Amino acid sequence: MISSEATKTAGTDVHHLLGQPGDLAGHLHVHGPLILPDGHHQRRALAANLEASGLHGRGGGDFPTSVKLAVASSAGRGGTVVVNAMEGEPASDKDKLLLHRTPHLVLDGAQYLAAVCRSSRVVVCVPAGREVTAEAVAHAMAERRRSRCAPVNETLVRPPDRFVGGEETALVNFVESGSSLPVFRPDKGVPLRIGRQASLVHNAETLAHVALIARWGPGPFRARGLAEEPGTCLVTIGGAVTHPGVVEVDRGTPLWDIAHRATPTEPPQAFLVGGFAGSWVGPDSFATPYASGPLRAIGARAGVGVIVVLGASSCGVAETARIARYLAAQSAGQCGPCVYGLPAIAEDLERLARGRGDYNLLPRLRRRLAQVDGRGACRHPDGAVALVRSALTVFADDVASHCAGAPCSHHRRPTSMRLPAPIAL
Amino acid sequence: MNSTAFWYSTRATGIMTLVLLTLTMILGLVTAGRAKGRNWPGFVQQELHRRLSILAVVFLALHVLTSILDTYVHIGWLAVVVPFASPYARFWVGVGTIAFDLMAAVFISSLLRPYLAPGTWRGIHWLAYACWPIALVHTFGLGTDAGQVWVVALGAACVLSVGVALLWRFRSVTGPGAGAGAATGFDAPSGPRVPPPRLVSSSRVRNDRRDL
Amino acid sequence: MAPLRLTVDPVACDAYGYCAEILPELITLDEWGYPIVEPKPVEAALLGLARRAVRDCPKRAITLRTRDGR
Repeated sequence: MISSEATKTAGTDVHHLLGQPGDLAGHLHVHGPLILPDGHHQRRALAANLEASGLHGRGGGDFPTSVKLAVASSAGRGGTVVVNAMEGEPASDKDKLLLHRTPHLVLDGAQYLAAVCRSSRVVVCVPAGREVTAEAVAHAMAERRRSRCAPVNETLVRPPDRFVGGEETALVNFVESGSSLPVFRPDKGVPLRIGRQASLVHNAETLAHVALIARWGPGPFRARGLAEEPGTCLVTIGGAVTHPGVVEVDRGTPLWDIAHRATPTEPPQAFLVGGFAGSWVGPDSFATPYASGPLRAIGARAGVGVIVVLGASSCGVAETARIARYLAAQSAGQCGPCVYGLPAIAEDLERLARGRGDYNLLPRLRRRLAQVDGRGACRHPDGAVALVRSALTVFADDVASHCAGAPCSHHRRPTSMRLPAPIAL
Repeated sequence: MNSTAFWYSTRATGIMTLVLLTLTMILGLVTAGRAKGRNWPGFVQQELHRRLSILAVVFLALHVLTSILDTYVHIGWLAVVVPFASPYARFWVGVGTIAFDLMAAVFISSLLRPYLAPGTWRGIHWLAYACWPIALVHTFGLGTDAGQVWVVALGAACVLSVGVALLWRFRSVTGPGAGAGAATGFDAPSGPRVPPPRLVSSSRVRNDRRDL
Repeated sequence: MAPLRLTVDPVACDAYGYCAEILPELITLDEWGYPIVEPKPVEAALLGLARRAVRDCPKRAITLRTRDGR
């Protein structure tokens, strides 16, 4: 089901996540006991190390980890570090894999950040229904408690399994009040709060990187990847490939090289980079390095570490329509432009896929995309808009022929996207 | 001022308060029900509702003041806020006190709205639905003028208009939120109309979005 | 004085549309009745109307802020 690339086994002269020992004994053998910063200078030193490493969040936001840490740690002690293992993106498996294979790395990362912020607890969020992952995390937590490897109390909570459930404010809202809905947060400089204490939310993979950087310094991390975007990242490869799974790649590896590791079954028509809230990338950009800067330059987004390969015999418009319908259904249901706009966009895309669009469809679609973009409390509608816009660009020829009433024959093929429930076109 | 003057003032301001409260109720219902015309901007209801409520409170204060200062019957300051504490007409004055308390709660909570959670403010504002009928009952239970034709007619008009406003406000079971629906006109998608999705309303949401 | 900008809380907003009626210079409604607000600072001449729009919103969804960090 989930395969992974084992690089080296132990050994930390090179920064890597996959292949680290998973059990507590092996973990302690390689990394030694957990030594948390004690006192103001040591905390500052750890924060400085994180800043020097240039680590950016791996949960899709791609925000500098050290900046987020500074905001949270300025808000006083007693807060919470939230481990975001929600992985609402259906095409992504990396966080599940990390928590199965090396939970101690993730939990150590949370402990390090808790020490810097002087937080009083670590809360791991695994969606309800993912019992295997929750088991693994609970088992690791119990191990750590027995061996006294968890200075700050670690607990597991189970928010509902929804796409927007992994959004920062939704997670914090759930921990505080049980309601897993995003909250409007116009000023990102103000720390998230649970009650009156600050909280810091990080993706599980980010925390794994933090643990290695905190233990071994920023050097091994910076030795891989690009100068502006250092380190490695986990990418889930799926779609029309022979060996789907999770690989660990240097940041900046060309997209085609990453996809090639999973051996595409047929010449790809496009890559979906960043998951359902990411963007399509066409063949002339297959050589683009997988990093935020180069991807932004071609109008795409790095998003979460996901690459879905769209084979030549699939219909990009139809797949986009399915994804749009899924995203519309996953709206939290709080903001008008998202609740009404996304289904309207999905409906137009479905009509386009069937070749039944009216001549006003494209202008109407573009107008609605502009209206919905940025007008929700969270980034959910923004992600959907970016995806659809990239589809209109990358599949422009297809869109034109569908619009003219001559859809390709492939739109009826079963989907190669990993959608939780089959969506009939 | 002599006792008779206070007495007339109490009765007059009482009727005025009832009328203003009725108008405030109607405007509140019309606002919550999203009345809007092509030439009638919706914010007018909202502003009128607020201004009339202030007037209603002013007249209520005068009504209470003149009734206390009237030495002919003894009501006492305590009875202003504590129900059934008045030696004179204990029951009907008590009913009035309850109406006063409710109105004060609604008014003060609206003044303090920026500092209250949305759900708290909304919950207290719902007390207005109780306040108006209680004020009506007080008027006709205690009212010296309750036998007069014009007062009865006024009361009936109040009941009728609020009744109509209530029916209109709750005219659709799903409430007015669905009104902001899909596109209309030439751009409307043809084919089977999918009902517009409902917005979430949950009291645990920080920004409580249920209507009044 | 710091520049003031109008911000709509999209969760609280329930498409009453009063803000667009009061301040059409800066606020328009999308096809579903929800406000689209000019991100530019509110000029002094329109501040009075902007404050009125903030006061009149039944849901307190629109506010005047000095900073908007989106």
